[in-house]
Amino acid sequence: MKNNIKGWLYLLPAILFLGVFMVYPLIDVFVYSFQENYQFVSQTYTGVGAYNYSYVLHDASFLQAVKNTFILVIVTVPLSTGFALLISLALSSVKKLKNLFQTVYFLPYVTNTLAVGLVFMLLFKESDQSQTHSLISTIIGLFGLEPFDFIDGPYWANMFVMCFYTIWVVLPFKILILTSALASVNQDYYRAAKVDGTRPFRIFTRITLPMIRPMIFYLIITGFIGAFKAYSDVVAIFGTDLNHAGASGMNTIVGYVYDMLYGSTGGYPSYASAAAIILFVIVLTITTINLSISRRNAHN
Amino acid sequence: MKVVLKNLTKRFPNRNKKLPDVIAVNDFDFEIPDGKLIGLLGPSGCGKSTTLNLISGLEKPTSGRVFFGDTDVTELPPENRGVGLVFQNYALYPHLTVRQNILFPLQNLRGDKKLSKEVMEEKALEAAKLVQIDSLMERKPSELSGGQQQRVAIARALVKMPSVLLLDEPLSNLDARLRLQTREEIRRIQNETGITTIFVTHDQEEAMSISDLIVVMKDGVLQQIGKPQDVYDMPENLFVAKFLGTPAINVFEGEVKNSRLYIGCEDVLAVTGAPDGEVWVGIRPEGFSLDEGGAFKAKLERVEVMGRDTSVVSTHEGCVTGSIRSIVPSEERPDGSEKTVSFSLKPFKTHLFSKDTEERIPFSY
Repeated sequence: MKNNIKGWLYLLPAILFLGVFMVYPLIDVFVYSFQENYQFVSQTYTGVGAYNYSYVLHDASFLQAVKNTFILVIVTVPLSTGFALLISLALSSVKKLKNLFQTVYFLPYVTNTLAVGLVFMLLFKESDQSQTHSLISTIIGLFGLEPFDFIDGPYWANMFVMCFYTIWVVLPFKILILTSALASVNQDYYRAAKVDGTRPFRIFTRITLPMIRPMIFYLIITGFIGAFKAYSDVVAIFGTDLNHAGASGMNTIVGYVYDMLYGSTGGYPSYASAAAIILFVIVLTITTINLSISRRNAHN
Repeated sequence: MKVVLKNLTKRFPNRNKKLPDVIAVNDFDFEIPDGKLIGLLGPSGCGKSTTLNLISGLEKPTSGRVFFGDTDVTELPPENRGVGLVFQNYALYPHLTVRQNILFPLQNLRGDKKLSKEVMEEKALEAAKLVQIDSLMERKPSELSGGQQQRVAIARALVKMPSVLLLDEPLSNLDARLRLQTREEIRRIQNETGITTIFVTHDQEEAMSISDLIVVMKDGVLQQIGKPQDVYDMPENLFVAKFLGTPAINVFEGEVKNSRLYIGCEDVLAVTGAPDGEVWVGIRPEGFSLDEGGAFKAKLERVEVMGRDTSVVSTHEGCVTGSIRSIVPSEERPDGSEKTVSFSLKPFKTHLFSKDTEERIPFSY
């Protein structure tokens, strides 16, 4: 009993902080999401019910944000994981300049999101002031195409830049994880396979992939969660006025939550809470599915 | 298939580039006869595993040739040599069942060698039966004991019916009892299949007990090759004498004068034909017989009872290996109260080695 008290005492600081800054806000958001017209200042609300959810789910800009987020998730998670795997395999097979390449591929990870966003803007955006074209426009100009503004351009162009950027930003971490996973595979498996005359492709599918599968699943699960929570990357490229960016809405779900709270259309904590809870349910569902697939695979 | 190594040498560049290359295998020249079990024996880092890798083709020699039968395989990659290799840690694929592990080498075959599914299954079962794991086919390696994993590894190496089977420290990951069992098992499998088998070990007892021939190595240099009993009885140099046998051989500083061997000032043995001069004297523990009139006198330290035999531990100023350990029949054992103990020496258990070259000095008795 005495030991128990001591144990709880040790846990107390962590419990206090987590309780105040994590658990309480979570419950609060859940409560707000059912309180209609909640006002921060007066702490009042006009009724209790599912109206907030109904409003959010019928709001065109929310549906646009959900669509954007889903496209981003579905495009970037498989592509970035696949590219990371290819690059890691290449990195683990080169000997010369290996460290240099590893550093180059890791650089985006330690670079500030907003700074990188600025660089992407310079790459893709046509400037109003200068007479020169953006880098991409210049390149496509070599093929005889008209200059093209991806940032102020149509929806697909915006989405392309967004996916491109997201993949580029998440690659380094995935490469880091996969190169170390590849390095941790016991070399004796490869030697055994070599003595048995296994072809390289078969070595990859029957030995390498199964050996690093837990790490691939880890990357897919965290990749899904990260992509669903995308926001700062969008802001870095398109600015904060996401509902009106370039004539097409590039907002994400997290962006919608922010707008509902603080944006020019803000001041609706109830709607923001409902949207946040919807995002939470989506992420929870997808992660549960992912986990059950990875567990089933691990048993086979 | 017989395996012939001709002037085989392997150098590795030193990690510190200023130092000379490391010579792991130095000018090996020997022939392994067809259908025999060969133990490659030596202390850690003596180049045993490198030799095995050179035979399997996982390493390319710096110079020299490797022949399987009359074919020069030096330039062939491992998969075209027809070798089976068992790794020290078994290297079983953890995500595949025992059956899939054994099938793996067969599934790699292509071209005219490609087999039908039924034939593959049949061969896998045959190999599994040979090592007696046919009841465990659907298990994963993690669900097997160390000894069972070892058998699966051997089955996987055997399933293609290799012309040479190579085992790298096959028993070192097993506990003592299992090691005894498994080494008999390896002997049985080799007898049944008749495949030329080479296994690497640092355990001299293991090598001697099951090998047809043992090859003793030190620092990349071949020391002696021969039948286990011959190598034990006639070690060609001091290293081989010290490396083989438990308890280890007792080494003394001695001197030959007029065909008599002196240890200290005692004249202990007639050594006809040995030239005069200082020598190393190696005496096996079983080379001492208790004899009250014996010429070799030592200070008695203690008597260790081992049941069948008794180990007498004594000291002598000429001994360079700490204390002298001698094995005598239990019924003759001293009661331990004496201060000194006298032995006469058995000449065929006594070996003389040159002080400079440590090579064997022959003598007759």
